[in-house]
Amino acid sequence: MRIPRFSFYGAAKHALLAVGGAFMVLPFVWMLSTSLKPPNEVLSWPPEFIPRHFTLENFATVFQTAPFVQFFFNSVAMAATATVSVLFLSALAGYVFGKFRFPGKNFLFILILATAMVPFETYMIPLYLSMVGLKWVNTFQGLVAPYLIMSYGIFFMRQNVLASIPDEILDASRIDGAGEFRIFFAIILPMLRGAAGALAIFAFMQTWAAFIWPLIITSDRGLWTMELGLGMFQYRFTVDLGPINAGSMLSILPVLTVFLLMRRHIVRGITLTGLKG
Amino acid sequence: MSSAGLSRTEFKKRIFVYTSLLPILAVYIFLRVLPILQNFLYSFFESTVVNPLQEFIGLTNYIDIFADQLFLISLRNTTVFAVFVTLFSVMIALVLAMLLSGKMRLGVLYETLYFLPVITPMVPVAVVWKWIYDPTYGLLNYGLSFLGIKPIAWLVYPDLAMWAIIIMSVWKVIGYNMIILLVGIRDIPDTFLEAAMIDGANRLQVFRFIIFPLLKPIMLFVTVISTINAYNVFTQVFIMTSGPQGAPGNAVRTLVFDIYENAFRYFKTGYAASEAVVLFLIVLFLTLVQFKLVGRER
Repeated sequence: MRIPRFSFYGAAKHALLAVGGAFMVLPFVWMLSTSLKPPNEVLSWPPEFIPRHFTLENFATVFQTAPFVQFFFNSVAMAATATVSVLFLSALAGYVFGKFRFPGKNFLFILILATAMVPFETYMIPLYLSMVGLKWVNTFQGLVAPYLIMSYGIFFMRQNVLASIPDEILDASRIDGAGEFRIFFAIILPMLRGAAGALAIFAFMQTWAAFIWPLIITSDRGLWTMELGLGMFQYRFTVDLGPINAGSMLSILPVLTVFLLMRRHIVRGITLTGLKG
Repeated sequence: MSSAGLSRTEFKKRIFVYTSLLPILAVYIFLRVLPILQNFLYSFFESTVVNPLQEFIGLTNYIDIFADQLFLISLRNTTVFAVFVTLFSVMIALVLAMLLSGKMRLGVLYETLYFLPVITPMVPVAVVWKWIYDPTYGLLNYGLSFLGIKPIAWLVYPDLAMWAIIIMSVWKVIGYNMIILLVGIRDIPDTFLEAAMIDGANRLQVFRFIIFPLLKPIMLFVTVISTINAYNVFTQVFIMTSGPQGAPGNAVRTLVFDIYENAFRYFKTGYAASEAVVLFLIVLFLTLVQFKLVGRER
């Protein structure tokens, strides 16, 4: 859109966007600043953004006083397991829904999409009770289970299969005598690599940020995730602000890094599928 | 159609479909379909710690929750929260999307800045906002001191605590709404805008008569999604209202918080399930409204 040049409008626009942008990043800057301050500076008045003495001792404290190393690895294990599962199951189901005809196909596809519209919070009680029945409370399986599938993932992979995999490839492979599973693993999966990258980011971020399910399914501290550990420590104990902000930085860092590296994919994925971050 | 009627390749395909899809469907049924349905079942039962299906009591749970002050307060709070978060976040996002829609320098930088809170997990940002709202050493009170405003205990007074959480939540979701609206605006063909400009329309008129009407379905989508998400608010309430520096419990008690306490602290699963049904119906209603209105627009 070509807009005639009004320098006043342009300047006002930039001023507005810059002030708003500063407001958006302020909490992150404050978190970083607090995490790098020695204890006697954290509660200084007036507050200062740039620490007088930079220190990493808060990060050391986080690891010493609370099992945050454990929490971090629990989060990594949970998010990685969920991501692998979501990628594989979405690719398989997306391929089947995209390229095959079978009775009940539309019904099943709509059923899968419909479940995505129901918020997790409305069915977490029966899910929890199922886990009680399986004796999966306070286990890693129980913790990760709800995140192993993702309806949007199946939808997203089906779109990609339809858009990027021609029928001719499948027919040619069948004539060459390749079995259906072989075709999926040797031909389809590699062709879905690009889409898998985008989906992986979402599955990972969504699982990493999970809070209410880890909160209800685990009481054993050995299974707590980064988010739950942070939440519980600032809740149960009078918090040392330096270490808790250091912990927050550690929880944000992986997500932030991925976002800054893959910004374009993430934004595109969100606008295409309506995924929440 | 029996398998005998299928060719050899078709038969093999069918086998593939069933062997790959059945396990996935089983997982879906176990993790999604069954719990969604079971929640209705549990809501008609009196539950005990050991037995969620102790006794069938019909609609008693429903009658009870609508006489329960805590539930009613939660429902009211959640509605207030959802309305204001949606209103502010959509309006601000619309302004931002309009400002960012043209080709401009630093556009990508601004987009990234506004989008940052969307992708960050809720717990750490709720922790830092709680620190910003701190009555004695908080950044917000420091900023307000320049305007001559005395320190305010944001998370302690019921009304203020609600607003504090609303502001924080608006900050978290603006970027999401902005990106969706931005795509909508950029999808409007340039020729429409140019034609209007040539006819002498000013910026405001272009917005009012061209962009806004074409953007209505997307505005609707963003509004409904925001409202639904806001109705499920939990994490920031849990973090910011609990613990030594937190707000008093009921001031910002929300629906999911009430469900969580009843089900997992007091083990009244049947009772909490009936509350979850109410939440389910609210979300269902909003989803249907969206389908109906978007359908009419097309």
